[in-house]
Parts: sequence; C-alpha cells; structure tokens
Amino acid sequence: MEGTKSVPRPARGLGLIKKLREQPEYQGWALISPTIIYLILFLILPLLLVVVLSFLARGTYGNVVYRLNLDNYSRLFDPLYLRILSYSLGVAALTTVITILIGYPLAYYIARVPERQRSMLLFLILVPFWTNFIIRIYAWIMILRSEGLLNTFLLNLGVIDAPLDILYTPTAVLIGMVYEFLPFMVLPLYTSLEKIEMAQLEAAADLGARPWVGFLRITLPLSIPGMIAGSILVFIPAMGMFVVPDLMGGAKTVLVGNLIRNQFLTARDWPFGAAGSMVLLLITLVFTLIYTRKAGFGEELLV
Amino acid sequence: MDQFAVEMRDVMKRFPNPGGGEITAVDHVTIKIQNGEFFSLLGPSGCGKTTSLRMIAGFEWPTSGEIVIQDRAMGRTPPYLRPVNTVFQSYALFQHMTIAQNVSFGLEMEHLSKPEIDKRVQAALEMVQLPGMGKRKPRQLSGGQQQRVALARALVKRPAVLLLDEPLGALDLKLRKEMQLELKALQEQVGITFIYVTHDQEEALTMSDRIAVMDKGKALQIGAPVEIYERPNCRFVADFIGETNFLSGRVKELEAGRVTVSLNNLDREMVGLPQGELHNGQAVVISIRPEKIRMVQDPVMSIGVTKNSPNCFPVRVITSAYIGSDTRVIVEFASGARMKVWEQNHISSLDPQAYHFDGEEAWLFVPPENSLVMAED
Repeated sequence: MEGTKSVPRPARGLGLIKKLREQPEYQGWALISPTIIYLILFLILPLLLVVVLSFLARGTYGNVVYRLNLDNYSRLFDPLYLRILSYSLGVAALTTVITILIGYPLAYYIARVPERQRSMLLFLILVPFWTNFIIRIYAWIMILRSEGLLNTFLLNLGVIDAPLDILYTPTAVLIGMVYEFLPFMVLPLYTSLEKIEMAQLEAAADLGARPWVGFLRITLPLSIPGMIAGSILVFIPAMGMFVVPDLMGGAKTVLVGNLIRNQFLTARDWPFGAAGSMVLLLITLVFTLIYTRKAGFGEELLV
Repeated sequence: MDQFAVEMRDVMKRFPNPGGGEITAVDHVTIKIQNGEFFSLLGPSGCGKTTSLRMIAGFEWPTSGEIVIQDRAMGRTPPYLRPVNTVFQSYALFQHMTIAQNVSFGLEMEHLSKPEIDKRVQAALEMVQLPGMGKRKPRQLSGGQQQRVALARALVKRPAVLLLDEPLGALDLKLRKEMQLELKALQEQVGITFIYVTHDQEEALTMSDRIAVMDKGKALQIGAPVEIYERPNCRFVADFIGETNFLSGRVKELEAGRVTVSLNNLDREMVGLPQGELHNGQAVVISIRPEKIRMVQDPVMSIGVTKNSPNCFPVRVITSAYIGSDTRVIVEFASGARMKVWEQNHISSLDPQAYHFDGEEAWLFVPPENSLVMAED
C-alpha cells in the first residue's frame, strides 16, 4: 500500500471508484450517501413539491392548474384563517405549558426513586404507545362523554347533579393533546434530571441553601435543556395536530392541522392546503428558534 | 470558649442492606476533635470514615449517639443550619455557574451585601491562587484548579469546621504532594479546624495533628502521627500504617512495661513493649518495623549482645535489593519465618557484595523498644 498518495496514477475508466477508495473527502460522501439519498427522496423532494404547489391554483374540479400566483397566501390573511392560526398557537403553547407542569414532578419523581423502580416507571410511561393512538382517543371519549365513566362516577358520588359537558369542547381537545404529548415531555426531562448528581444538591445544602432554594438554583437550571427539548417535541406536533380536535373537539374546534387536512381531503384545494402547510412550517420554525435562542441552550440541545 | 470543635459521642450508624438485613457503617465511635486541629479519619474503603464525615456535615443522621459541634448537640439539624462546610470528593461544583458564582453561592445564602460578597469572593480566589478565573466555567478548569475552587467555595463561608472528603483523590501524584503541603499551610493560615478523610496513610501522616485509624466502623486508635506509627495499639493499625513484620508467639512473662514472648517454632525468646492488655500464655504477635532492625555479621563485636541473648537471631538472606538510599532484604529464620529488613546504606562502596547478598549468613538484633507485642487479633 506504499505511496498511494505520493505517486499519482493516471485516471482510468473506474475513476470514481478509485477516488472513493483513495481520497478521504470522497470516502466521507460515500459513507453519508444513504442518508443523503433518503433525505432527498423523502424530505427535500416532497417539500419542494409542496412549495411549488402552494404557488399554483385550484381548477374547477379540484384539479391543480399551473398558473403561478400568490392568491393562496393572501387568502390566509383572511381574519377567519388568522384566528385559526392564533388559536392553534394558543392551544399548542398551552399544551406545552401543561405538559411541563404535569411532566416535571413526574419526571423528578422517576429520577429520584431507586434504580430498579425507575426502569419500571419509564416502561409504564411508554406502555400507551403499544396501542393505536385513535383507539386511545376513543377511550378518552368513553371517559369524558355525558354518560361516560367520569360523569357516572361523579354523579354517583353526588359531587355533581348534572353531567359535565366536557366532550366536544376546547377543554376536551386540551385534555387529549396533553395526554398524547405528555411522554414526549417526561422523557427528555427525566434524562436531564437524572444526570444531576446528588452531590450537587448536597453541596448546595452544605453552603446554606434550604431544599427549595437548592431546587430553584441547582435542579431547575440544570433541567432547562430537558425542558426545551421536551417543549420542542410537544409544541411542533401539537401545532399540526388534527386527530384530537376532530374526534374530541366536535365541530367547534378547528386548528391549523384540521384546516390543512380539510383542504387536501375535503375541499380538494391542494394549492391552498400547501400554502397553509408552508405557513405552519414557518411559524413552528420561527417559534422554535426564538425559544431555543432565548433560553440560550441551543448548542447543548444539538449534542 | 468551647473546648472541642466536633465531638462524636458513641455514634452508631446502620444502613439497610439492599440484600436484606442491615450494615453497621459506624460502630460506637467516640472522637473529640479540638479547635484548630487538623484531624484525619484514616482507613480502607468501607471503614466508615466517609459516613462519619457525612454525619458531621448533616447528610446522614446517627442511628444512635450524638454529634456535637461547638458544644451544640446537632440531633437532626439539616446541613444548611450547621456551622460546617464540605469539600466533596467529586468537588460537586455547580456546572451551570461561573467560578465566581460558585464561590459566592454560600454567601448569597447568608444574604450578605453585594460589595461584601464580591470582596470576599475575590479574597477567597486569591487565597487558593486562582485570581482572575472568576468568569470561567468549572469545565474549563483542570482537576487541580477545580479542587481549589471547591476549597474556596467552602472556606469563603468561614466555617467553624471544614470537612474534606478525600479531596486529593482524583489528582496525580505530583499535584497531590503539592496540594498536601498547600492545604496544611492554608489550614495553619486560616486557623480553621479541618477534618480530613483519606485512605492514604502517607497523606494522613504528613498533614495531620492527630489521626483516627478506622476499620469496620470502629475507631481503633486515635493519636498523633508519631504515636500511630511508633506505638500502634493493635495488629490492624500496625499493618495498615507503614510496613511491618509480624512474628507470632506466646506470652511467657509479664513485667511492668516489658513482656517476654517465646516465639512459635523457634527456640528463642523476645522481649518487647506490651501494647494493650496482655496475660500469661496469650497468643500474641510482635510487630517489628523493617527499618528498626539491626543486621550484623557479629553481634558481640558490633552491638555488644551475646548470640544467645533474647531478640538476637541467626538468619539467612533470601533476596536483597539495593535501592540507593537503602538496601531491602528478605531474611529467613531457622523456623522458616521470613522478615523484611531495610538497612540504610551508611557505607559507600562500589562492590555490590559489600551491602548484602543472597545466601549471606547474618545476625539480626531487634531492640526491645522496637518490638511491639500485641494481641493476635
């Protein structure tokens, strides 16, 4: 193998393979090529399709007409759609906040129990994923509807006189969303909480910090990366969610996800749906960037 | 003025064993540590030294007995209300804070004014020779520097007692030696009581005013380094501190401050200093440090003892190693028992045989004050 570098050989027919074999920069590309090909085929190309589609127009029969225009985007500025957008942002943000409020104590508890119980509890967090999402949402419908488990239980206890109207309200949508996304908050939070050494908290106590101060000054800041990762994992899909509002929100709750899905499947206005998708993508991207920048943990998240 | 900085009064600590039952980590330990003292808890891992320290810090509570700090019984006082601070083995620096923030943390807990905090943080960083490092994060510092930050963070609180849990354990040997001297100097400078946990006997001997040697939860001997080394009170201490030889035998005769022992498998007697309570006929071991033995060709000529007097033995050299300052020899008795002998190289010869050589026949003489007689176990 002596002199593969120092003695330049004349390029022959199999030049590319030779280059792949002998030059490090080509080897790098060769190694990463499966990923690149995958991403081009299944991410870049479809995305480009949607981008192009969003600038086209709908024909009379729901077909796509190849006429470049910006009408789809200007239509989105209709107050009706703007309200749907801001409402979706609100629901996604609220879902994120509630999953933090519920998920933090849960993750904290799991991170502090003896190790053997920890894997059991984590396992329990993941068990719901074994069942289809739609089925689990129907289970929630069974619980929440007027003759459902919750109402029957409360009525029999005498806590309430008339059934609570929870199902097909925004509250039901929120319950469904929080339920669905909670594990995505708990797992990254657990990971960052579990990494905090007990010695750090002991050191804080040793230096005069009461347990509550120790939590605020040590545990909380050290768990911020997990909270950010969890927030991104919850916020992004929550922005595009349409199954939960469809099944649990009745006709009252329309989120961006529903709007886009309806354009593609019901209204057959693909260009408008594509424009909606692009705006959703942009909004999520911008919010995520602002959030990570503000918290100043962007770099550590990538590691 | 209170007499003791810290007292452990008959302290016992039991932990539940994960495999069932209980483990006694600290077994009825009584220690009184004086103000301004550099006190070491020395012992192998699992001897209860760290648990003792954690009980003084307040991270654990005794199962029975009492920890008293400056005449105040601690009971279940939490760590944040105790007048002690700890330097942790892992340093436990707050990774998300700068060095200055780490050091100021304890002062902020006391709600001191900002200028006062800044002044003291600066002084503390200068004291550990890290001025100007305040803006860095712990991860940007070397192990030795992190160690100093941990020290500054604890000392800046001006505690009555500083607790150190193997603080030099993670440093390399050279840095360790430097830090040992520095820590000792620092302790003399600030005049704070130091309680220092270590498994390194040399470290304990170098730095401490007094040492408690611990094993299996018990404090076996408490004393100055000289006492611990020269007059170990039991077999474990003699063995754990420094190097020693053990010869086994039985007590033949007891006098005031003297004991005559007949050695096993050897028609010889030894006279030594009794350590602890002994009685006639008791099985004992004699601890003899390898550097406290005289090895000569002719005991009558060299030392003036006859060849059949007690503490004098004919031996044969099994191996000898010349290591510059001294020659380390292993000798064998007629009984087959072996002993390490370290002889200082007073002579200066280019002939290797002039020191000692394998197969050499010689006589050993162990002065009675260097023969410590103690119970077999």
